Amino acid sequence: MELLRINNLKTYFNISSGTVKAVDDVSLTLDYGESLGLVGESGCGKTTTALSITQLLPSEGSIVSGEILLEGKNIVNLSDTEIKKVRWKEVSMIFQGAMNALNPVMRIGDQIAEAIILHEKLSYKDAIKRVEELFQLVELEPKRISNYPHEFSGGMKQRAMIAMALACNPKLIIGDEPTTALDVMVQAQILNLLDKLRKELNMGIILITHDLSILGETCDKIAVMYAGKIVETGYVEDIYNNNKHPYTYKLLSSFPNIHKERVMPDAIEGIPPDLINPPSGCRFHPRCPYAKDICGKEEPRMELANEGHYYACHFGGVYNEK
Amino acid sequence: MKKQYVLKKVLQSLVTIFFVIVFNYFLFRIMPGNPLAMIMRNPRASAEAIERTKELFGLGRPWYMQFFIYLGNLLEGDLGLSFIHKRPVIEVIWSRIMPTIIMVGLAQILSIVVGILMGVISAWKRGTKIDVIALSFSLVTYSVPTFWLGIILISVFSIGLRLFPTSGMLTPGRTFYDTVSMLKDYASHLFLPVLTLSLVLIGEYALTMRNTLLDVLTEDYMTTAKAKGFDDNYIIKKHAVPNAMLPMITLIAINMGLIIGGTIQVETIFSWPGLGRLMYEALNGRDYPLLQGIFLLITISVILANLIADITYSYLDPRVKS
Repeated sequence: MELLRINNLKTYFNISSGTVKAVDDVSLTLDYGESLGLVGESGCGKTTTALSITQLLPSEGSIVSGEILLEGKNIVNLSDTEIKKVRWKEVSMIFQGAMNALNPVMRIGDQIAEAIILHEKLSYKDAIKRVEELFQLVELEPKRISNYPHEFSGGMKQRAMIAMALACNPKLIIGDEPTTALDVMVQAQILNLLDKLRKELNMGIILITHDLSILGETCDKIAVMYAGKIVETGYVEDIYNNNKHPYTYKLLSSFPNIHKERVMPDAIEGIPPDLINPPSGCRFHPRCPYAKDICGKEEPRMELANEGHYYACHFGGVYNEK
Repeated sequence: MKKQYVLKKVLQSLVTIFFVIVFNYFLFRIMPGNPLAMIMRNPRASAEAIERTKELFGLGRPWYMQFFIYLGNLLEGDLGLSFIHKRPVIEVIWSRIMPTIIMVGLAQILSIVVGILMGVISAWKRGTKIDVIALSFSLVTYSVPTFWLGIILISVFSIGLRLFPTSGMLTPGRTFYDTVSMLKDYASHLFLPVLTLSLVLIGEYALTMRNTLLDVLTEDYMTTAKAKGFDDNYIIKKHAVPNAMLPMITLIAINMGLIIGGTIQVETIFSWPGLGRLMYEALNGRDYPLLQGIFLLITISVILANLIADITYSYLDPRVKS
């Protein structure tokens, strides 16, 4: 059975200036022990997709339609009490611990223990014992559970955040930019740790990032999002070497490649579209250097390139300048 | 670590108090005018009489000797003689300190509890009817001048409804046969001044609490707490309020420091025989020793309140210890 399947998810925000279609018809699947990278520019709907899973959206946002199947069970329409049981116990999250995701006036150990006490009904003493084990698992000294967040470095906070995410043995972990604001060395350590834990504990991981360079080594699959839609999804190999969508192609070229000749990284012209009135047809067409007439008129359907590799472009993989 | 911090803060406070004493002393001495002329009030006094008065008040000695005598007297609790009351300043102040402490203390406790509660509810129910009502109430009571509010309350409750007396601490001329009836009379006199002061403070506390809590609610760690599956009540109590209390402590400390002298308006309007009115009387009568004494007391209480705030802060916020 699949761990997670999202079918045609639409999450909209109602704000004073209109309805923001932040997530518009997104579908994806994830298996046990698998990791999926969700990439795209800021504001493309990556985080909203993730927050929709456990209904953590701000009050302006709501899931308009679609299904989210966790182990085959639809969790979109769960009541407030029911979804609270899913949160952290089944689906936990790794936020940017290096930033402000830990409560500054509470001991780190207690912040982890409170989740264990809530979901596993352990006593405080047993919960703390479990926190010590978790600290060992993420390679932190167990005696530091009584520290406060400000006594930890950025990398240590991120490890603590991972320990917190693992606290109740969840099936799925969503990492929302878990390595942003960390230096490259620490970033690599954190990603390796996540990778190791995922394989050991057979969890599914969704990794949200705008940094394509970190996904190649840590993910099995990649889904590329643009303006609220998934434009291409497939295994890492397909996305890196055989991509069929100009946005994926441009996104990859915007990173310098140290193995090739030294050239200026290629930027994508223009700005991401307004999601209240998204462009007609293919949402990327106003910025796409290969767009033809049809792109502005007709929305491309998801096409199958090969096993598990889909793309939404009228001219899959043919990058001819106009 | 903590002991050291407290010791450092206490020492700092002592140094501040010393400087205030020096400043207070010389502030009055560098003012124009000759104290002898004020004391003798006789332009044709003989040189002998002047010399004798000089001797009597210690004014013949060099200025630094005078200062050391003042300091010495101060250490013994001798603040000099009051011009109007013809009694030692310290005695006059002591006789008026309790009514103020009772009145302001009650008002503070009441407004801290109600204000914080109102601020929390207001922030949590932001944008709802409850919030609008609480916010308007706080804004109005906070901005209304204290003396005006007092007069309005007198005209409504004392003159209109005849529920409470207009002024004083006990009904003059009445004899009390038991403690209960005396306490009853005392309480009915206490009610309006406490209400006036509370209303003003409640507004201030509620507004501050609402603002800081709204800031805290947008912090990342609030999302973390929600993602962990806790209900709103728990999140507010365990994660939001402890963080929002930090600025409140400072505000409460400042208001506590003003307990002693900051109630001139309320005490004058309700003829409450406390320190505020004593200061008003001393000002009217140009009673310099008494004023100097009250000034000193106010300074010390402000510094003391700040010291308490600093120490409380170190317990509530682990980040300030070092």
